[in-house]
Amino acid sequence: MSKAIITRNLTKRFGDFIATNAITFDVEQGEIFGFLGANGAGKTTAMRMLCGLLKPSSGEATVAGFNIFTQTEQVKRRIGYMSQKFSLYEDLTVKENIRFYGGIYGLSHQQIKSKTEELLGKLQLQQEAGQLVSSLPLGWKQKLSFSIAVLHNPSIVFLDEPTGGVDPITRRQFWDLIYEAADRGVTIFVTTHYMDEAEYCNRISIMVDGKIKALDTPAKLKEQYQAASMNDVFLQLARAKPGENNSSS
Amino acid sequence: MREFLVFVRKECYHIFRDRRTLLILFGMPVVLIVLFGFAITNEVRNVKIAVLDQAKDTYSRQLTDRITASGYFTVDRYLASEKDIEPVFREGEVKVVVVLPPNFGHEFYHGRKAPLQLLTDASDPNTGTTLVNYANAIILQYQQEMTGKVTLPLTIQTASRMIYNPSLKSVFLFVPGVMTLILMLVSAMMTSITITREKELGTMEILLVSPLKPLTIIAGKVIPYIALSFIIALTILAMGFWIFGMPVKGSLLLLLLECLLFCLAALSLGILISSLTNSQQTAMMISMMGLLLPTILLSGFVFPLESMPKPLQVFANIVPAKWFIIILKDIMLKGAGLRQVWQPTLILGGMTLFFLVLSVRKFKTRLS
Amino acid sequence: MRTIFFILQKEFLQVFRNRSMLPIIFVVPVVQLLVLAFAANYEIRNLSVDVVDHDGSTWSRQLRDKLLSSGYFTLHRQSYSQQEAFEDLEANRADLILTIPPHFERDLVRENEATVQLLVNAINGSKAGLAYGYAANIIGRFNRQVRMDWLALDEDDGPEHIDITYRYWYNPTLNYKFFMVPGILVVLVTLIGAFLSGMNIVKEKEIGTIEQLNVTPIRKHHFIIGKLLPFWIIALFELAFGLAVGKLVFSLPFEGNIAWVFLFAAVYLLVMLGLGLLISTFTETQQQSMFITWFFLIIFILMSGLFTPIESMPAWAQQLTLVNPVAYFVKVIRMVMQKGSGWADIQHYFGIMLLMAAAVNSVAIWNYRKTV
Repeated sequence: MSKAIITRNLTKRFGDFIATNAITFDVEQGEIFGFLGANGAGKTTAMRMLCGLLKPSSGEATVAGFNIFTQTEQVKRRIGYMSQKFSLYEDLTVKENIRFYGGIYGLSHQQIKSKTEELLGKLQLQQEAGQLVSSLPLGWKQKLSFSIAVLHNPSIVFLDEPTGGVDPITRRQFWDLIYEAADRGVTIFVTTHYMDEAEYCNRISIMVDGKIKALDTPAKLKEQYQAASMNDVFLQLARAKPGENNSSS
Repeated sequence: MREFLVFVRKECYHIFRDRRTLLILFGMPVVLIVLFGFAITNEVRNVKIAVLDQAKDTYSRQLTDRITASGYFTVDRYLASEKDIEPVFREGEVKVVVVLPPNFGHEFYHGRKAPLQLLTDASDPNTGTTLVNYANAIILQYQQEMTGKVTLPLTIQTASRMIYNPSLKSVFLFVPGVMTLILMLVSAMMTSITITREKELGTMEILLVSPLKPLTIIAGKVIPYIALSFIIALTILAMGFWIFGMPVKGSLLLLLLECLLFCLAALSLGILISSLTNSQQTAMMISMMGLLLPTILLSGFVFPLESMPKPLQVFANIVPAKWFIIILKDIMLKGAGLRQVWQPTLILGGMTLFFLVLSVRKFKTRLS
Repeated sequence: MRTIFFILQKEFLQVFRNRSMLPIIFVVPVVQLLVLAFAANYEIRNLSVDVVDHDGSTWSRQLRDKLLSSGYFTLHRQSYSQQEAFEDLEANRADLILTIPPHFERDLVRENEATVQLLVNAINGSKAGLAYGYAANIIGRFNRQVRMDWLALDEDDGPEHIDITYRYWYNPTLNYKFFMVPGILVVLVTLIGAFLSGMNIVKEKEIGTIEQLNVTPIRKHHFIIGKLLPFWIIALFELAFGLAVGKLVFSLPFEGNIAWVFLFAAVYLLVMLGLGLLISTFTETQQQSMFITWFFLIIFILMSGLFTPIESMPAWAQQLTLVNPVAYFVKVIRMVMQKGSGWADIQHYFGIMLLMAAAVNSVAIWNYRKTV
């Protein structure tokens, strides 16, 4: 199996502050990779570098086989992205949002048409296709956002805290969508605060103060830290912070 | 009270953190005063003219010299024939063409009447007529020089006095105008935008569920802007006084109280606008079109109200800025006290009360 | 190219779906045009005058009638008390007072000289200057007429004089609206070009969708073109619309080829859109972008020669207008519409506008690349 993401000592400095400190990891193709960390641990910075939104200060990385320093255009064609902030246009209808994002990813009219039908069917949004996105409940918006992020068949999808503020049932449905995409061979790179969601991932990494402190399958991590749940693992790592604090300013 | 102060402090943070906006808020009055004081004038000075001198005698040359010596006109070029007139006007630089006939001096002394043509580019009719008037005066003066001084019988002399502003400075008009404009901008536009911004960001909901009363929230939001308005008003007064010699003949205290009244009117308008819409963009457009434009156009600040069509004159009465400018001018230039300005003050006060009640009620109904 | 098409489609949908946007684009400009055209007028009419006539003779009454029939003055009060009249002046009820002394007519005949007094409320300096000018002119004309009548002279018997004839080119009826309306159209077009475009980009920043767009393979220049082109189109449409209203309501003259106006506007708008883009690159919120745009526009518009002639400005201010795009467009639209100027007359300005468009947009795009 080829690697979807490879990073080697990837670092981002903002002035004196090192947001991401020489992180190194690989993500396999088709894997669901969880990216955990407290707020300010550097998750979002790392993700933004991989998406080509930020230029790394040093280190190396490839996404879908392309260098993130020099080949950002190719990278962008092969990834999907869904951010913390809601990223659809509230003043456009469901259908118009789909058409817009399909269009800028270069899908043909034919493709957009069939994709729209398929997507609306899957999310059971046929009734709401002509409604403004602002009128949808949050959970539906999130599912729609995800579906649009994978509209152009990317090989990797980056999800930045995709289920914030969503009820447990909708979260469950959301993860169904994620699994479905993973089954089709799409690599999922997801950051989250919810430790129960961490359990759904194939592998997870935990970042503390800009560094990756742990990286393995949830089962192995629990075993290693002799914890009952991912929550305990996380707390142990996060609390170990004092004493080895080396980067924050 | 403590909660209230906390709230005011938060609002001050918003204002002072946003350096760019703050810079513009203070830069704007300075720039406007400088522009109005020095650059925006209707004065005639060094206007380019062209001369078609078909006489080329002593008198025609002397007349041309007189016209240039006045300082109002400079001769840009001499034309050779009538054909040159049109292209010269079309280029746009030359505003007046003086056409002197052949044998100008001869005609004058022997024909008793020397025809002279003043052609002017009247695409700007005001400048056009002003230029003709100036040129006319110069030519008539020269005519007297040519005939020698004769006292005419039956002469009506006109003794004139320019009251309040003997040197006809325009600063007396624009200092109150700029002050009104800026107070309106800060008080009405800024508040309407800052409130809609909280709505857009969703932080308004958080404030509304807090134990603060809606009235307290409004007050907390607007008090820093009142303070800001005052600082700016004082800056403008100081600039007017020291740079342009604009006096404050009346009581400064009364002046500041009137400013406060106007600020309140503007603030309540701002709150009213913010209760009408949820988007910053709309709030901005409404305050721009509904408040700033009338303040500039219909307050008598830039354009005289008397010469407007009746409907606009009537409409101008509901523009608070009109009354505020009247008050400002009376206090600053005429040294009027409350006894002289009670009428416009009452009108302004009535408006303020009306807008205040309306906006508070609107604001409340939006909560339910 | 297809990407641009999709962005355009989205932008137009958003503009036309926004209920407050439609009136802003279609109703407000018309209202603005109509109100401004009537309001923006430096002509002074209907000055209210108090006449204090202590003489009450035929001539003093004639002088009063001459003043009132000129169209510039309306009588506020005919009084015999200077005190009363002065109170009117103080309370802003009267703009000027004409005082005719006792024995005005008698003195004029006997002493060959009499003095009338004009008191002018001069708080508005330029208005007072004009008021005085009109009044003095009327009195002067009255004087000549009285002299001729009394001495039974006619024009040719008088002393030698220069016979001045005036011709007002391009606007013989001295219609101020012919001059103002094209200028106001420039302001309207400018507002759309600079304001809405800048705010539109900042809005995507504020609501966060710009992040989403940045991870898509959209090229930066596609994005910029897609965001700005709608406002270029809307502004040009606005210009056409405004010209039509101007023609219908004010019978605006179209002396020159209107195509030159549109050609010039097309390039001018590139400058304004570029300015909007530039401002959007260093602002984070719509409020900021609006304030900064407002600041620049008010300077541009005040210094454009729209209301007061550029020639009247001091030298340093005239130098500044050389980099003011609004000043060029105001000048060109008036030249073409009122004087019928053609390509030869405007090509110089057109070249400057092209240079400005290139300069502003390069800086804006360079800055835009840097930020994201």
